[in-house]
Amino acid sequence: MVLVFLSQLLNGLLDGFYYMLIALGLSLIFSLGGIVNLAHGAFFTLGAYLALVLTPHIGFFGALIVGPLIAAVLAILMERFLFTRFYREDPLYSLLLTFGIAMIIEQSLRWYFGATPRAYSMPTELRGQVFMGDFVYSRYRMFLIAVAVVVVSAVWVLLNRTAFGRIVRAGIQNPDILGTLGISLRPYLSAVVAIAIAIAAIAGVLMAPLQPIHPMMGVEVGTAAFVVVVIGGLGSFWGVVIAALLVGLVKGAMIGLGLSQYSMLAIYLLMFVVLLLRPRGLLGERITRFE
Amino acid sequence: MTKLIGRRQLLRTGAAAGFATLAMPALLRAANDPIVFGHLTPRTGFLGPMGEYAVMAVDLAVEEINAAGGIDGRPLQVIKEDSVNPQTATTKAERLVERKDLALILGEISSASALSIAQVTARANKIFINTGANSDTLRGSDCKRTMFHTEAQNVMYVNAEGQYFLQNDLVKGKRWFLLSSDYAFGHDLRKGALAFLERHGGEVAGDELIPTDATDFSSHLLTIRSAKPDLIVVNLAGTSNASFLKQYGEFGLDIPLGGFDYNSSIAWATGAQDFKGTWPCVWTHQVQTEGSQAFAKAFMDKYGKPAENQAYSDYIAVRIAAEAIAKTGGTDTDALVAYLEDPTTEFDILKERKGRFDPATHQLLQEVYAVTALDPSEVTNEWDIFKTSAALPAGDIPLEELIKGAVGGACSFS
Repeated sequence: MVLVFLSQLLNGLLDGFYYMLIALGLSLIFSLGGIVNLAHGAFFTLGAYLALVLTPHIGFFGALIVGPLIAAVLAILMERFLFTRFYREDPLYSLLLTFGIAMIIEQSLRWYFGATPRAYSMPTELRGQVFMGDFVYSRYRMFLIAVAVVVVSAVWVLLNRTAFGRIVRAGIQNPDILGTLGISLRPYLSAVVAIAIAIAAIAGVLMAPLQPIHPMMGVEVGTAAFVVVVIGGLGSFWGVVIAALLVGLVKGAMIGLGLSQYSMLAIYLLMFVVLLLRPRGLLGERITRFE
Repeated sequence: MTKLIGRRQLLRTGAAAGFATLAMPALLRAANDPIVFGHLTPRTGFLGPMGEYAVMAVDLAVEEINAAGGIDGRPLQVIKEDSVNPQTATTKAERLVERKDLALILGEISSASALSIAQVTARANKIFINTGANSDTLRGSDCKRTMFHTEAQNVMYVNAEGQYFLQNDLVKGKRWFLLSSDYAFGHDLRKGALAFLERHGGEVAGDELIPTDATDFSSHLLTIRSAKPDLIVVNLAGTSNASFLKQYGEFGLDIPLGGFDYNSSIAWATGAQDFKGTWPCVWTHQVQTEGSQAFAKAFMDKYGKPAENQAYSDYIAVRIAAEAIAKTGGTDTDALVAYLEDPTTEFDILKERKGRFDPATHQLLQEVYAVTALDPSEVTNEWDIFKTSAALPAGDIPLEELIKGAVGGACSFS
């Protein structure tokens, strides 16, 4: 019995990596531009549809690379033509804007592909199970976690160990001084939005074999991502990582205890408790813009 | 050389035509006025994919009826609305019944929305034909004199599928693991399944309620693996059913599975590789009757994909409504109710046996089918990934057998 419960916890922990992938981009866009991107889930959906369209031509692994690149190009266009007008404005405006973008993406997908859910087959190389003692896990999910770890580590290295990251972090702290130094933040903003959206699209491609693809699939994911970001603290890298693992753990534990119908409730409860004790989330910093 | 009609002349002609229409005697106009049906069904949200099929089927039925001269010479017109949720369904139903020319309302998939619509139509004394809501209570404690059902109710599916489980020795002394959607639909099916299991001497190995927005089933699959049941009973709704099946394949479990609700669109969304088990269904495009094959072909020709169960239910609802209006010679609600619930009134519902409404609950008594997934190696095209059984129950058993043991309470039309 204890063993079963432990394997549920482990499974929850592994689930967390998937939440991490989606929440990270959301947090990135927010920290730099102060934009709460409600369209994040829609880009996740777009990633899944890109997988559907690209796979027959370039295979699953090709789609895993090209799909997010296409999403990144769209993200740059979106950033250039829309986001720039809303930086440092009341976040309410960007909320409305990104909500609108989400609806446009969703309706376009519905219009082009229809509302009927579509099937996507798992690549044969990744089918099957991995046995770890008594714990059995799917090979595909091991792959998913590996991709998540690589992506999350890459983002960390980019932000903390490169010149690019230094400028971005400086931009988060004080965009005006950066301007005085003669560094234009604009290309960096575009790059960050592109990276954030590409990660959402990677998550979408990775989810395609595990779920039916339909225009609304991003809504559920988007909600989960917001919960993770809020628990972790807006704009905090490690906050997202810890919160994602925590959300996974809580969910796994609830199902392990035979209380699956309360698993979603438990996650919202977790958010409630965290916000009650730490209104800025676990590792959230003061954000002067909103105070 | 053809001379294009000028703008001025077009306006003049238009005005003249308009005037002529206005001046026409009212009686003459009424004879050609369309007969109006309201069609409410969710087109967005997790039931949206099924609603899309419902709308396609209604369009096809209207096209066919009008091509054949309409209903008693009057064209059929359908006002289609997205019902989204019970609140919206109520508002839209209220707006529809206010129209003087509205004959009746049909459609819906969500049991909660169907109940809201039924309340509005009952107050307005208009007929509502439910084409997609399964809940037994709609045929039991929440039944309405003006509500009829072309969708089979949960107990019919439980009884039909239960027969299959019995025949395959998956009930007596066997342990079932139940997964049910945590809302009215799932609760209803779960109750029916547990009652069936108890009646036939089986045991419960696990019984989990799943939040409706769940997309990840890995934890549940681990629980199922450790519970080692003889059968997994999946009572999930819409796309979560497909997610479960895909992840069941991913985790490589090899336990027989089935459920008490099925949609071909969900089987297709799961894909040949992962679709498994045996499921009950009101209709599939593989039903081998002349009528069914004609409908399947017409749908395929028009939309480039086969019809599924939701399309069937809306299609026959339009045809039944049109036939009833033609037979009673009008849209008077009382006459229509009397005609529809008369046990001698039978409808060609494209199946082997004709259908008729149960006078006590207004459920369309009809044959159902069992759908079984094909092994991926036997699949030849993306649509025929399952095979459809012969009609259930067998020809010598009365259709009433299917509605025995309903769990929705007693119906009184008072």
